[in-house]
Amino acid sequence: MGYWTNQLSGPTNPTTDSGWDDPPARKGFFTDTSICIGCKACEVACKEWNAIPEDGLDLLGSSYDNTGSLGASTLRQVAFIEQSGDRIAQARESGGRLVDLGMPAMRPADGPSPELVGQAATAVAEGEVPDFRWLMSSDVCKHCTHAGCLDVCPTGALFRTEFGTVVVQPDVCNGCGYCVPACPFGVIERREQDHFEAGTPNLGVAQKCTLCYDRLTDDQTPACAQACPTTSIKFGDLDDMVASAEERVETLHANGYTEARLYGTDRHDGVGGTGSVFLLLDEPEVYGLPPDPQVPTAELPAMFRQAGLAAVAMLVMAVGAFAGRRR
Amino acid sequence: MAECHPVGYQWVTEARLKGAKVIHIDPRFTRTSATADRHVPIRAGSDVVFLGALINHILSNELYFRDYLVHYTNAATIVSGEFRDTEDLDGLFSGYDEELGSYDLRSWAYASASGDDDSTPGTIGGPAASREHGHAESQHSSGQQHGASGAPLEHAEVRRDETLQDPRTVFQILKRHYARYTPEMAAQACGVSLEDFDYVARAVTENSGRERTTAWVYAVGWTQHTLGAQFIRTAAIIQLLLGNMGRPGGGIMALRGHASIQGSTDIPTLYNILPGYLAMPMAGNHDTWEDYIGAIGSKAQKGYWANADTYAVSLLKSWWGEHATAENNWCYDYLPRLTGPHGTYQTVMAMLDDEVEGYFLLGQNPAVGSAHGKLQREGMAHLKWLVVRDFAMIESATFWRDGPEIATGELKTEDIQTEVFFMPAASHVEKSGSFTQTQRMLQWHHKAVDPPGDARSELQFFHDLGKRLRARLAGSTDERDRPLLDLTWDYPVDENGEPDAEAVLREINGYHLGGDKAGQLLSTFNDMKADGSTSGGCWIYTGVFADGVNQAARRKPGREQGLTALEWGWAWPANRRILYNRASADPDGNPWSERKKYVWWDADQGRWTGVDVPDFPPTLDPHHHPDKGVGGPAGLAGDDAFIMQSDGKGWLFTPKGMLDGPMPTHYEPQESPVRNPLYAQQANPARKVFPRKDNLWAPSAGQPGSDVYPYVFTTYRLTEHHTAGGMSRWLPYLSELQPEFFCEVSPELAEEKGLTNGGWATIVSARTAIEARVLVTERLTPLTINGHTIHQVGLPYHWGVGSDALVTGDAANDLLGIALDPNVQIQESKAGSCDIIAGRRPRGEALLRLVHEYQSRSGTTPTTGNELLTEGDH
Repeated sequence: MGYWTNQLSGPTNPTTDSGWDDPPARKGFFTDTSICIGCKACEVACKEWNAIPEDGLDLLGSSYDNTGSLGASTLRQVAFIEQSGDRIAQARESGGRLVDLGMPAMRPADGPSPELVGQAATAVAEGEVPDFRWLMSSDVCKHCTHAGCLDVCPTGALFRTEFGTVVVQPDVCNGCGYCVPACPFGVIERREQDHFEAGTPNLGVAQKCTLCYDRLTDDQTPACAQACPTTSIKFGDLDDMVASAEERVETLHANGYTEARLYGTDRHDGVGGTGSVFLLLDEPEVYGLPPDPQVPTAELPAMFRQAGLAAVAMLVMAVGAFAGRRR
Repeated sequence: MAECHPVGYQWVTEARLKGAKVIHIDPRFTRTSATADRHVPIRAGSDVVFLGALINHILSNELYFRDYLVHYTNAATIVSGEFRDTEDLDGLFSGYDEELGSYDLRSWAYASASGDDDSTPGTIGGPAASREHGHAESQHSSGQQHGASGAPLEHAEVRRDETLQDPRTVFQILKRHYARYTPEMAAQACGVSLEDFDYVARAVTENSGRERTTAWVYAVGWTQHTLGAQFIRTAAIIQLLLGNMGRPGGGIMALRGHASIQGSTDIPTLYNILPGYLAMPMAGNHDTWEDYIGAIGSKAQKGYWANADTYAVSLLKSWWGEHATAENNWCYDYLPRLTGPHGTYQTVMAMLDDEVEGYFLLGQNPAVGSAHGKLQREGMAHLKWLVVRDFAMIESATFWRDGPEIATGELKTEDIQTEVFFMPAASHVEKSGSFTQTQRMLQWHHKAVDPPGDARSELQFFHDLGKRLRARLAGSTDERDRPLLDLTWDYPVDENGEPDAEAVLREINGYHLGGDKAGQLLSTFNDMKADGSTSGGCWIYTGVFADGVNQAARRKPGREQGLTALEWGWAWPANRRILYNRASADPDGNPWSERKKYVWWDADQGRWTGVDVPDFPPTLDPHHHPDKGVGGPAGLAGDDAFIMQSDGKGWLFTPKGMLDGPMPTHYEPQESPVRNPLYAQQANPARKVFPRKDNLWAPSAGQPGSDVYPYVFTTYRLTEHHTAGGMSRWLPYLSELQPEFFCEVSPELAEEKGLTNGGWATIVSARTAIEARVLVTERLTPLTINGHTIHQVGLPYHWGVGSDALVTGDAANDLLGIALDPNVQIQESKAGSCDIIAGRRPRGEALLRLVHEYQSRSGTTPTTGNELLTEGDH
């Protein structure tokens, strides 16, 4: 039973669970939104590398975001959130409560890196809350430890790579779309036929970030992280990413920015922690992220147990009914 | 910077992570503000008041770096007794000529050291001094010709009072000039709160001195004002007062608008300078070679401009080779002479007057990117021929069939006689060459792929054009064809006909032509001779090919070298990374502090040394005092850190070189809903105006009709697009990120005018009306100026009307009129007056009726805004 539990929820190494023998360290992103400048170089680099078609020339009226959301033709999306002083105060307060709860608690085992020591010197936040701020954050597939999309895929088009990431094989995908509602983050989507010209690649099949699988196999950095001018998007071994994120959030807290918090680093959350972790400056909902994501398949064992119990009960009842008639 | 220079902003981010404080002063809240420690909103065009208040704060609280100030700047220098300040003349300096609309600069000169009569201004300007007048100067826009230096100044023997007490010292003049520039005045004129002012003042002054330095960074929008050059001068004064020039972490950094714009100033695409900031000769002023050489670099002045004859002769030798001889003055008479200003805007006016037949546009889209788009397009419609070299069919190539004037009926396609030639251009990855960035660093890029189809590099295009012209002229005996036929024009080409770009770089670097080194590349510009034995296409670039190595192509990673990474690329001059770095050491030659150690005097070795190439004669003792009357580098004293300045000092006060005042003074923009709170004189009295009925201006504050255009608009760029869109609006991945032209307004203005987020608005100026989608945002803040609320409308200028681009839209620059800074002839495009109304603009002729209705309601005429002097007493 324990094996099945690990497969569907809680902390685990999804790569070995998937049958990879002696895989490399799990790879991931750390997106530090506190140093994002919203240049969208990640969006463009992603589209260039993955040859993704242009998907709409519409002004959304949503600050400087004209991308809208992640989808089949948007694997990186930068959100722009304009906030006035009262909202900033709330964010600082809600973050402060998290700090009081002792989150994050983990410290890196082998001391901070020189880079992080540099970061620790960051200017101390001024006491007062500013009148206004403009948050920017580059969203991406979370490459969950327990990936709903992968768990429900009937064709095996979605698979777990040796890097612990989750990738669609477009030539295997049959476009059934089960993965779309299975993603708790709304990331994966089919490239709809009627929006694009004939000949556009991968029409009708599910698409999402591959964490540049075709670059990782050549020991290259994913396109978005490579293009990011401010190192807001960092790429590396997931354990290092989580450690940097924890160190950075502590620095910000120490400097009075209690609104800073981590997202995706908790391996006990509803997806077993994510392969893309984030440092946010407000509650996840503000960025369009679910506050408590749950992989739908986490309940499978329980559902099977319930269904099994129900089946047994029905069997017992049915047998009982016949037995009763005999009587 | 994050908005328009995101790649460079990585270093700001890194500095922030190390504890640097970043303050962003801008009318709008941008991506830079989002990641800065503080955003200080300011009214567009009011910068001199704000910076002047900082100067006053520094002076009156004695926060300046005294040792630096006394030794390295002209603070102690005594100015002519004839000088009168704007404080005395209510907004004018002495020497204003009402008839010419410009200044006679003589009364701004330093007092003569030898003259007993205090009222005698010192001789300035070398042999051509008697002819120097602001009017003649601005005719050839002399400000820019001094791009690498101060203006020449004959007598370096100035009178100084190092106690700074003499009322005629620059220091005391500065103090009086800025006395009324107070934080309260900044609050009133700029809309900057006292608290924000205090924050900036503390941050800047506490972070300057022996142990620390502060840098100012601006993008070229700062220059786009009728006193734009003076905005930058104000920052320069602050940096000199605080000792932040020539030191690591200091300086004023100009972020250029395109890759290699610095390079296209060094080896100019400008009409008024030759390579290496040598002046373009002007008819009447520089008729003979002797006149010219005397004017650009008198042997009597101190510093390296005294060797300008060697630079100029080497340049002429590189152009005309063996044909350039001492007998014919090195072909000096092959150079054309300026007869007046031939800047881009004067050229457009000349096109309208049918004085210009043909026009080359190379990666430039004036129909969208230049001020007053209508005049640009109408001007081009007067040409006989137009060559457009670009990646795509930009609006300047198609205006004759789909421009806004076709829609209004002002132009008819069948009436336009202009023959348009479109030549597809190779991009930077399709050709080899160098980029020179804002740190003056040349970085070589290697060709990665062949250009597609008919696309060719600029180098190949002009090489071929030159060859064809020379073939057509072959055998000509006409004297006027000699300059073209005698030109050295022999570059090796590859199998596609592409000239070898490194051969051009070697020509720029220069060669020894005679002696035992004949044929060898020059190592430094000190090797240049005025006897014709050397060549060199741009003296400041000499050394880029030293030792036969393309130094610009060096790419040793920074982590494998020291702090200054001298083996990455090559920076002019002499691979020096910080100019005037003698100032990083104290007068005795010791570092100001261990923390800011950079270049210092090694007394044992008798040499300057450090982590950079010292910007000083290498063995000149810090305590050296030259004999009287010695010119050139030998005339420099040991503490003359500003070696290109004719007195060796950083100029707080410019006795010469600036045409609209020796010190920056606040004037309102050409169009302003605000009355100048400091002087009766409203706008820069020396600005260049063009009174024409197709270049009308909104009445400014105090004039009837000013309420017709009550709002301030400013134009700018977004990260997602590049200038007029030629490199972004044809690309799907960039176009989808910012697909439509929009205006940005505050929630308060939106409410006042019934504008809704995502809806449409029409913006009306005295020139035209355009429409834009609306973004309502708190990033724009209404400011309280002189007790009134001033709303600002923000307009990104990337879109244009055409039919070829993926995304099109009205062009923000169509709203602008043409009024120029007198020093550099740059248009005022960052502050104007407008109205904004909800809904889309009228189509066809109805658009013209709307614009005319506004014009007549405001009562504007061609004289409105174009009278240089404000009515009233001065």
